[in-house]
Amino acid sequence: MNDLDFFIILLTSAVVVFFIGQAKARSRQESTSGIRLHSLPNYYGYLTALWTFLPALGVFLVWSLFESNIVSMLTIAKFTQLQQLSTDNLSLALNEIKILATTGIYYSNGDANINHQAAAVYSKYFNHSFNLKILVSTLLALLGFTYTYLRINPTMQARNSVERLIVYVLLICALIAILTTLGILFSVLFESVEFFSKVPITEFLFGTHWSPQIAIYEDQAGSSGSFGAVPLFWGTIFISIIAMMIAAPLGLIAAIFLSEYATSRVRATIKPILEILAGVPTVVYGFFAALTIGPLVRDFGYYLREVGVNLDIEILANLTVSTESSLAAGLVMGMMIVPFILSLSDDVISAVPDAMRDGSTALGATKSETVWKVIVPAALPGIVGGFLLAISRAIGETMIVLMAAGVAANLTANPMNSVTTITTQIVTLLTGDQEFDSVKTLAAFALGLGLFITTLILNIIALHVVRKYREQYE
Amino acid sequence: MNNTQIVQKSLKKRYAKERRFKIYGVFSIIVSLAFLLFLLVDIVLKSTPAFTQTYIKLDIDFSYKVLNIDPKPNYTKDELFKSSYRNLISKALYQLFPDVSSRKQKRALRKLISSGAQYHLRDLVIERPQLIGTSQSVWVLADDDIDTFFKGLIDRNLPEADRRIKDIQITWIDKLQSKDRIKRQFNASFLTSGDSREPEQAGILGALKGSLYTMLVTLLLSFPIGVAAAVYLEEFAPKNNWWIDVIEVNINNLAAVPSIVFGILGLAVYINLFGVPRSAPLAGGLVLSLMTLPTIIIATRAAIKSVPPSIREAALGLGASKIQVITHHVLPLAMPGILTGSIIGMAQALGESAPLLMIGMVAFVADIPQGFFDPSTVLPVQIYIWSDSPERAFIALTSAAIIVLLIFLFLMNLLAVLLRNKFETKW
Repeated sequence: MNDLDFFIILLTSAVVVFFIGQAKARSRQESTSGIRLHSLPNYYGYLTALWTFLPALGVFLVWSLFESNIVSMLTIAKFTQLQQLSTDNLSLALNEIKILATTGIYYSNGDANINHQAAAVYSKYFNHSFNLKILVSTLLALLGFTYTYLRINPTMQARNSVERLIVYVLLICALIAILTTLGILFSVLFESVEFFSKVPITEFLFGTHWSPQIAIYEDQAGSSGSFGAVPLFWGTIFISIIAMMIAAPLGLIAAIFLSEYATSRVRATIKPILEILAGVPTVVYGFFAALTIGPLVRDFGYYLREVGVNLDIEILANLTVSTESSLAAGLVMGMMIVPFILSLSDDVISAVPDAMRDGSTALGATKSETVWKVIVPAALPGIVGGFLLAISRAIGETMIVLMAAGVAANLTANPMNSVTTITTQIVTLLTGDQEFDSVKTLAAFALGLGLFITTLILNIIALHVVRKYREQYE
Repeated sequence: MNNTQIVQKSLKKRYAKERRFKIYGVFSIIVSLAFLLFLLVDIVLKSTPAFTQTYIKLDIDFSYKVLNIDPKPNYTKDELFKSSYRNLISKALYQLFPDVSSRKQKRALRKLISSGAQYHLRDLVIERPQLIGTSQSVWVLADDDIDTFFKGLIDRNLPEADRRIKDIQITWIDKLQSKDRIKRQFNASFLTSGDSREPEQAGILGALKGSLYTMLVTLLLSFPIGVAAAVYLEEFAPKNNWWIDVIEVNINNLAAVPSIVFGILGLAVYINLFGVPRSAPLAGGLVLSLMTLPTIIIATRAAIKSVPPSIREAALGLGASKIQVITHHVLPLAMPGILTGSIIGMAQALGESAPLLMIGMVAFVADIPQGFFDPSTVLPVQIYIWSDSPERAFIALTSAAIIVLLIFLFLMNLLAVLLRNKFETKW
């Protein structure tokens, strides 16, 4: 039996118990003839099923979540040899022990003798834990069942109890949103604090040299291990600026055109087509940026360089050109954001009351004058809010920059050169074969914290502005 | 000059400005549409080579000697499994080109054929053991470089050092072609095999199955929880309560948090704290369901809000309890909207790749996953992995995988639109 089997058994017994509760309610009604049931017989069934199922499931889930960690801790406590290992080696050894215990496959790293013993202990503890878990859950299910079953009688207010239980379940589901935010905060916070205890925060925030490779042995080339994140911040901002320079005018003007000029038929056909752009996965944009737009930008860069050499313009002649460029990434990201800005601006422009348009037209203004002098100023807070949300998206976008912008931490304003971003570095730092506690890995969490806080602030401001604006015209 | 004259004088300029603005509007729409068209056409064009594969006809002599087995009436599967089938191909090739003698040339000759061809022969022999001892013409898969060249994607006029295929190999290919021993055929293995380092053997079935399992987990978690949370916030939450406001701000925020941050959460909490297996669809589904939750909650709330209060009041007036009003009336009426929102949320999750990179789904997995705990990858991540591979043939494979992904997304969105059109009630 495994976890899934037990879950299915639990679920089946809940269904069975439903019918038992229902039957008892019916029979009690018949035996105490004259007294009508307070609720429909089904509710007695539901109540029995819920009390059988929910507490057992809760204990079962929580136990399963923490089981493997606690068993590992107990195993380590048994072996002094394991306790003497450094954190990196310990996690390696633990991995090996787990694989050995579950599959019987052994990769001969570390101390084979200890690992085999430990694996035996591990699987022993794991079996104990599993048996205990099943036992406790089953007992709870039985207890819940007996408790409700014994109480069933016609005067019991089964429906009210069921409904109260359901509301609590709904509440717990609503609280998951808060749990998620807390989970994000805690998962980045602890590692970030540890990172800042190793690397001073001022170096991280103001240092201009990013080179996370740490020298494993002395005199290793190119492995200085410095964590100045300014080139990353710059790369992120630079690409976002390029993206917004494309997306903001295109999206805004397209939105104005569609809501103020286009006939409803044109609008109904164009808008869904443009929204396809929003539905294309970012990895597709990344592929397109890396393989099609990137080479085009590079060729354009070579052309510019040639022009620079011919006309003796020094700045062009010395242009650094590479296939991975911030321009390619920014261009494609900008096109990705267009439908986003389009639909947000469209919403706020439609929310401007018609009385304002009519008033402006009555005074003799042309349509474009109405747009620029009345509608856009009136809708400005909403438009700005939309732009802020778009910027937050550009900052957090990963795949396009990962595939098209490069990993070289250059501090450059040349759009033809490659830059790297916060998100790219998080991916490259966390996807390599890394020990979990190395400074390199911790740096990724610090970057994640920075990214989360930045986007959080942008989102809160933007959502607040948009909401205030909507209330103004409602 | 009176006011009317001033206005009339400026009219021409103002009308020109108006026309200009209209042109800007048309221009920005055309630019966006052109970009979309360029993107799609580019990917379709890039993908065409992936739909066919090159095969070479070899006269394979399934002799006992080369296979290294003794003649007998029956063979166990294990015996046949262990034999070396690579030599069959080499032998056939040397026979076809008897003038090849040097080691280097022989190696170049063997490289015409895909390294997967021997397994094809093995399966053939296991399926029909009576082949042993006979000589047969068999179409075997060509190597990806040969395939790319045969499709005309490698220029034969380039200097030899600049292309992945040698001059002598080109003469062999020409010879094969003149003997009708080389052909292109529909690439069925693209849809039926798992990932491989060799482009000609790589397929998307593993990624498709991984996506399927991941989406199942996502759906099973995010749909019930999302709908339940939305019902609570819309129907039961006390109004003007500060902690309900906190939940709402939270949900709106989570909808805008970068997806990669969810990946970090998955790595730190699910994998490192709770010990969920790395690279497994379970871990991927858990991460994606957190991302999809806000979308489903927001869509469900909107759908519940649009159910008119008169329905609630009528049901309450007839003596239904609040839960009965919701389960018997509000939710069924809101269901089209809820489903539409959920399908759109699932489509987003299907295209998501960044958070899955964090939890190890980027690892190379050749086996096709069989459950929620097997290491696997998903379609978008497969696209990322392939796009990073140096072989030219992977570009076409990546584009083809993108087309498959886009078709799935298109179907999901179509389903959402159809649902909305069919069941949407205007009150």
